[in-house]
Amino acid sequence: MSARVAIVGAGPAGARAAETLVAARLAPIVIDEGAAAGGQIYRRPPAGFARTPEVLYGSEAAKARALHAAFDRMVAEGRVAHHPRSSVVALAGGELYVLGEAGQARIGYDRLILATGATDRLAPVPGWQNAGVYSLGAMQIALKAQGVALGRRIVIAGTGPLLTLVAAQLRAAGASVAAVLDTASMREQLSGFSGLAARPLVAARGLAMRAGLGRLYHAGVRVEEIEAGADGVAAVRWRDGRGHERRTPCDAVGLGWHLQAETHLADLAGCRFDYDETWAQWLPRADRRGRAGEGLYLAGDGLRILGADAAEAAGRVAAAACLADLGLPAPDTAADLRLLARSERFARGIAAAFPWPAEMVRTLPDATVVCRCEGITAGVLRATTDYGGPDANRVKALGRPGMGGCQGRYCRLASAEMIAAHAGCAPQSVGRFRAQPPVRPVPVGAWVEKG
Amino acid sequence: MNSTRQEEGARGRVVRLTEQARAPVRFFLDGRACTALAGDTVLTAILASMGALRGSDCGPEKRAGFCLMGACQDCWVWQEEGPRLRTCSTPIAEGMRLLSEAPGDWP
Ligand code: FES
Repeated sequence: MSARVAIVGAGPAGARAAETLVAARLAPIVIDEGAAAGGQIYRRPPAGFARTPEVLYGSEAAKARALHAAFDRMVAEGRVAHHPRSSVVALAGGELYVLGEAGQARIGYDRLILATGATDRLAPVPGWQNAGVYSLGAMQIALKAQGVALGRRIVIAGTGPLLTLVAAQLRAAGASVAAVLDTASMREQLSGFSGLAARPLVAARGLAMRAGLGRLYHAGVRVEEIEAGADGVAAVRWRDGRGHERRTPCDAVGLGWHLQAETHLADLAGCRFDYDETWAQWLPRADRRGRAGEGLYLAGDGLRILGADAAEAAGRVAAAACLADLGLPAPDTAADLRLLARSERFARGIAAAFPWPAEMVRTLPDATVVCRCEGITAGVLRATTDYGGPDANRVKALGRPGMGGCQGRYCRLASAEMIAAHAGCAPQSVGRFRAQPPVRPVPVGAWVEKG
Repeated sequence: MNSTRQEEGARGRVVRLTEQARAPVRFFLDGRACTALAGDTVLTAILASMGALRGSDCGPEKRAGFCLMGACQDCWVWQEEGPRLRTCSTPIAEGMRLLSEAPGDWP
């Protein structure tokens, strides 16, 4: 019997990993939360929607088409066991615990490739718990997969390439964007410029998009508060680069400070993590080819936030490493490894140019809700640090931030930053919130044996 | 109650920008008949006529979803029968009966 290789995720990395394995005559198992392959970046609208890939993905349409076609062909020919609309909620003892539409299943594997992608990296803003505040990714998903805007007058705030991209896409589709507030200053943005030379075309496209936003775009902003009434968001109060108070009425806000690797499953699989200063987050440890443990491989944004092109390369590289480790002939990946190296230089430039807003997070007022799920405030977090000590997991156990529905995805970085600032140490020294199964909520009784 | 809902109906959160040539789908929110389009998620369907999905469990603020990718669990609503739904990843279906407030027997 040939080796059972399971792949989690069918975005650019997972799809290309599957293709590489299929070319070597393996039949991988692919488990994905999407209804169709593509991941978040090349996400496809449901049946019955009519926009073409050119409208949906712009300059990246050809890549999206190619990826979708390659994966759909493998499914049609029965060369992959595809489990769409399914979440891996835990893993143990060589089995994945999978929750799908048809119920739950345990799927055994010999080798595992995690291509779990990324989620928005969020910093709390006073008032962000109100209805009408969304992640930037959510704004983009609403537009791409549903053809809707999540408000009549939208403020976009945060930093990173997605900030200008989402604003430009919303405007092109006819939504009303009231302001684009970038917390990165022009000085910071210039400091990352040398890295951007590694991919000049991508950099130029970003700058052109920014220019198109004209006077809506503001750099060096401090977002002070999201004001809300009974029906949700009413305005954003912010300070411009010169320190002047401004207020922009709106009914929706898109927030995002770049992306964070989705690492919950890697954590459960036993990966080691290192704090990365440039990306200001904990990232799983792996070799150049994605090897992260015995029979365990990581690829794509779930390992390093390098974007879609690099994710395709990383998927092929990780699958090739898996084949080599199985003693099977593996394709040459030299060109992909070069693309990965170049993409990392570029991505580090981007991360430096659009940094995590550490100072803003450290100085959040005590009343600010940090954990949206459980309503835990900055004040509670600081008080818990006082008696629990500067240790992220102790503060989590005592104060319960990061224990809600999102499993700490949207508060863990800010919590660590605040704990560290309060105790006067560096964020990496307080550790990271450890993931706990299930990584997605599971209905009561899902794995209770019947009979 | 019903008249308030209808007034809010004119001011849903979601603005449809494109892709409106889809078949209508009828569903019920808090007993009131609503119309969505085939292919809408439950989140889109509800927010097309409402500003939010439900009240919060840990504060006065209403909830309207946050990530739209199944990662935050901010977006669930109750059904008249059956389990709670994660609205951002559940397609709307003909005849669904949804609730923005907990049914009486919810613990
Ligand atoms: S909006 Fe985050 S899970 Fe649905």
